[in-house]
Amino acid sequence: MSSRSLPAESRSREGAYAPSTTRAPLTWRMRKYLGYVFIAPWLIAFLAFDIVPTLSAFYYSFTDWNVIAKSSNWVGVDNYQRMFSGDRLFWPSVKNTLYYTAFAVPLGVVAGFLLALLLNTKVRFQGLFRTLFYLPAVVPTVAATMVWLWIFDTRRGILNWALGTVGMDPIRWLTSPDYSKPALILMSLWSIGGGMVIYLAGLQNIPQDLYEAADVDGASSLSKLFNITIPLMTPTIFFNLLLGLIGSFQVFNAAFIMTAGGPVNSTRFYMLHLYEKAFQDSQMGYACAMAVMLFLTVLLITVFVNWSSKRWVFYG
Amino acid sequence: MHSKRFNPGMVVVYLLLLAGVAVTITPLLWTLSTSLKTVRQLSAWPPEWIPNPVAWSNYSEALTMLPFERYFLNTMVLVVAAEIGALITCSFVAYGFARLDFPGREPLFLLLISTMLMPYIVRLVPLFVFYGEIGWLGTYLPLAVPDLLGRNAFYIFLLRQFFRGIPDDLSDAARIDGANDFRIWWSVVLPLSKPVLATVAIFAFQSTWDDFLGPLIYMGQNPDMRTLAVGLYQFRNSPGGENLMPYLMAVSTVMMLPILFIFGFGQRYLVQGVTMSGLKG
Repeated sequence: MSSRSLPAESRSREGAYAPSTTRAPLTWRMRKYLGYVFIAPWLIAFLAFDIVPTLSAFYYSFTDWNVIAKSSNWVGVDNYQRMFSGDRLFWPSVKNTLYYTAFAVPLGVVAGFLLALLLNTKVRFQGLFRTLFYLPAVVPTVAATMVWLWIFDTRRGILNWALGTVGMDPIRWLTSPDYSKPALILMSLWSIGGGMVIYLAGLQNIPQDLYEAADVDGASSLSKLFNITIPLMTPTIFFNLLLGLIGSFQVFNAAFIMTAGGPVNSTRFYMLHLYEKAFQDSQMGYACAMAVMLFLTVLLITVFVNWSSKRWVFYG
Repeated sequence: MHSKRFNPGMVVVYLLLLAGVAVTITPLLWTLSTSLKTVRQLSAWPPEWIPNPVAWSNYSEALTMLPFERYFLNTMVLVVAAEIGALITCSFVAYGFARLDFPGREPLFLLLISTMLMPYIVRLVPLFVFYGEIGWLGTYLPLAVPDLLGRNAFYIFLLRQFFRGIPDDLSDAARIDGANDFRIWWSVVLPLSKPVLATVAIFAFQSTWDDFLGPLIYMGQNPDMRTLAVGLYQFRNSPGGENLMPYLMAVSTVMMLPILFIFGFGQRYLVQGVTMSGLKG
């Protein structure tokens, strides 16, 4: 603060000696609060669109709020009880989401990181490769979903055609409960380019002299990877893992558009179930309770990953 | 590291990369190819990559099957609101966080960062009902107003990081000349921040163009208020089954074009922004 505003400060000191002849002390004191004027729009939006709705969700999770019936009575923890024992589709939606997360997130992190490692070698056309791999990450979600809907088509889709050329039978990607989740996971891997550019930037920040020193010691490429590259990349990996987890708990668009939760509820993810409860069944109270559970889970995961990161993330 | 001569390791690297590119690009080429097929060509087995004849008319037909120009207009209204919010409001807020000292600045900034990790679903249901009560459902307001008020923490974060890097001498010089902070923000900081403004502008365009759940829930009940994303979804659910595929692919291709176009020009800025977000772990 003092290093930045030397002129203002000297003016204010001058003012302290002669308060009546200058307005500087007043503006200086006001300047202390000027920041609030600047952040006011965000603060208003934050209160109106974050804090108030979030607190309302907590409150309404204890009511049987129904918009159609316009009724809202306090029901205590009924909604939470119903989640765990009354709602037949709640646990399937949790399991589906965990299944999806358990594969999509680690696979995405590893594939994105490997891709970045490949591109970080002295490869020609690095920029072009990066662009091509990044491309799917900017394709609008709904358009991408349409594309994959057609790729997964059992009779005329290109994926089954490719499998056919190597002698495999067609797979009912989106119409069999065994393959619907793997199909969505496969589709999610199409856009690993987003993670890749982040890893690539991280890799390029690693000081080259570390590798040179290792070369002098005669270290192998593999040992350099495990002793220099990966340890120094753990903060970046950590951050992507966390964002990946949070995103994956809220997976919605692909399942909503492509399979509408089917077949046989095999792609009924948590968010999809919540959406139906709120916007099709108008059970706002119950949906709020589900939202609160998700909120608390995400919070818990964030805290846990953060805590565990002390053991494996290297902050140089 | 070893750039000398032929290196068998590098052959493997190129092979892997080329295989990866093939897998990445094929879906896009397949989309383009399908969008130019007639229904009869759809069932050709093995698939025809270059349709013969090329059904260019799919595009004009598809775009008139639903009022897509109206959907485009709706999307663009939201885009404009998002851009104003990102470039004006968010940068204004970011100036406060980056260049002004005030009590509670750090905790407030931490709060701002934490909203990036908050699941949006928690707010969704209460907001839906609230918007319904004040008559906002089926209008632009539920999405445009938060954007205009600079609710986007990520943009504020990116802008703040950049603003902090601008040397103080410049704003101090302006201050001596009698400029106040509003003026410094507008005529000193903003003109120096073109790269980060470009990044934020591209993000704002991309995320608004891409958004599906927001427009679906808050605007979808009014058929005239569908965005392109919601319109494309409705299009898929219209009767016609698989025979609709070439048209669906045509609309999907059209929806990709602006974003690919912007990506072509602004890739540098986009990658910069993504990178900044990811490396801040």
